[in-house]
Amino acid sequence: MTKKCYVARSSEIAARKLGREMMIMSGRDSTLYTLNDVATVIWEAADGSTSLDEIVESKICPQFEVQPCMALQDAETLVEGLASHGILLISNEPILPPVLLRQEAR
Amino acid sequence: MSALMQEMSAKALALGTPLSVQLDLTYRCNERCVHCYLDHEDHGEMTTSEIKDLLKELAGAGVFFLTLSGGEIMLRKDFFEILEHARALTFCVKLKTNAILIREREAERIRSLGVESIQVSIYSHRSEVHDAITKVPGSLARSVNAIRFLKACGLKVIIANVQMIQNMGDYPEVRAMAKELGVEFTLDPTITPKMDGDRSILNLNIQQAALKELFRDESLAGNVEESCAPPRKADDDDLDAVPCSAGHTACYVSPYGDVYPCVQFPLPSGNVRRTRFLDIWHHSSQLSEVRSIKVRDLPTCSQCSHVAACTRCPGLAFMEGNMRGPSIQDCEKSFARTGIPSKNLDAKRASSAAAVGARELIQIQGVAIAPVFGTLPHTQANSAGTARDLVT
Repeated sequence: MTKKCYVARSSEIAARKLGREMMIMSGRDSTLYTLNDVATVIWEAADGSTSLDEIVESKICPQFEVQPCMALQDAETLVEGLASHGILLISNEPILPPVLLRQEAR
Repeated sequence: MSALMQEMSAKALALGTPLSVQLDLTYRCNERCVHCYLDHEDHGEMTTSEIKDLLKELAGAGVFFLTLSGGEIMLRKDFFEILEHARALTFCVKLKTNAILIREREAERIRSLGVESIQVSIYSHRSEVHDAITKVPGSLARSVNAIRFLKACGLKVIIANVQMIQNMGDYPEVRAMAKELGVEFTLDPTITPKMDGDRSILNLNIQQAALKELFRDESLAGNVEESCAPPRKADDDDLDAVPCSAGHTACYVSPYGDVYPCVQFPLPSGNVRRTRFLDIWHHSSQLSEVRSIKVRDLPTCSQCSHVAACTRCPGLAFMEGNMRGPSIQDCEKSFARTGIPSKNLDAKRASSAAAVGARELIQIQGVAIAPVFGTLPHTQANSAGTARDLVT
């Protein structure tokens, strides 16, 4: 990924934190996923308006003591994987929540 | 259950998290099923705002799987408002409904809200049988139409087929109907007592011979040789296990805010109108008692040869009068499956035989003892049922 990357949680999924892990049920095929603690931090910060590099810099690096460039690489691989299962949305532009999109369409 | 789901359940158990909650939105219903365990009068359901507050509490407590059931959920005018709120809180929502109020518009709305699955009760492929059970003419046609609408939207639909005397033997055709509709099928051979303790509907339960046939149907049971094999010897892991998830990682909330360990375990444990859900979950003495029971603490069942593989329901045992006791319906299932009577069934058979002997002796003396037996409802009901089943 060379451009700025924004990530947002899909509204089609169900999710709940259990301990430090996140349980996610895909609305597409009822498959259950769990995210480890690092992935959970990214998931929780995926609000559509914060870019992935900002998430890595502000949330991952301080909490897990990793180098920013290595952490960003891992984070990009993770979000691509989650996006391929339809549980996360990726865009080069900020992603508006469905409610805002509906209001805009009126 | 998948390995991942098992892992999550074990983690929830270790953390004391209520992973699953069934919330009945109403006991009102537009059907009057002959086997239903509910009183359909409205005794003061929670308001929309109370339910929304409760959902927020449940999400905060860690509840992931939320089953919305009833009564008939679609009779709540605020049903979609509640569902929308539940999905905004990212619950994995499952619905249980008779679906007769669901048409294209409702099906599409349910789909757009990302519901995980919808379970619809279908009792028979024959309308004269299904409609006689629901007591609503035309209900089979309406439920099946609704399943088509839901399926056309791409939703996961499960047909639930409860077996009772009225529809015994119809399940292969209902399963074929599910296949034709492209939906899942599940079968339940147990009629449970009413929540107020009335056991009269248990007469609708299928008999031992029919139960035995079900367990030997490969299309239902899979490898019959394996599933109907004599029970294996229990080890320490079996005896240290918790009897079921009720009160441990799951619970039930009634339309009036009452919290129970499970919909089939009507032990009042608190009310969310008076106490926060999480306080009930952590501090209710009733739930603590349920949680304190391990399989080895069950005086009869821990000594029974079936203990390692038994489907014993603590709620049914509770409704028989003792949450640490056996549940006769599960004893009958174990017997139907393996041909080996449980310790409880053996004891019942012995006491029935003794009662018959005593009755004969007393009849010879010309003394009427029926009223005395009438004061012992549990003994009378269970002995009669057991004796009849053991004869077949």
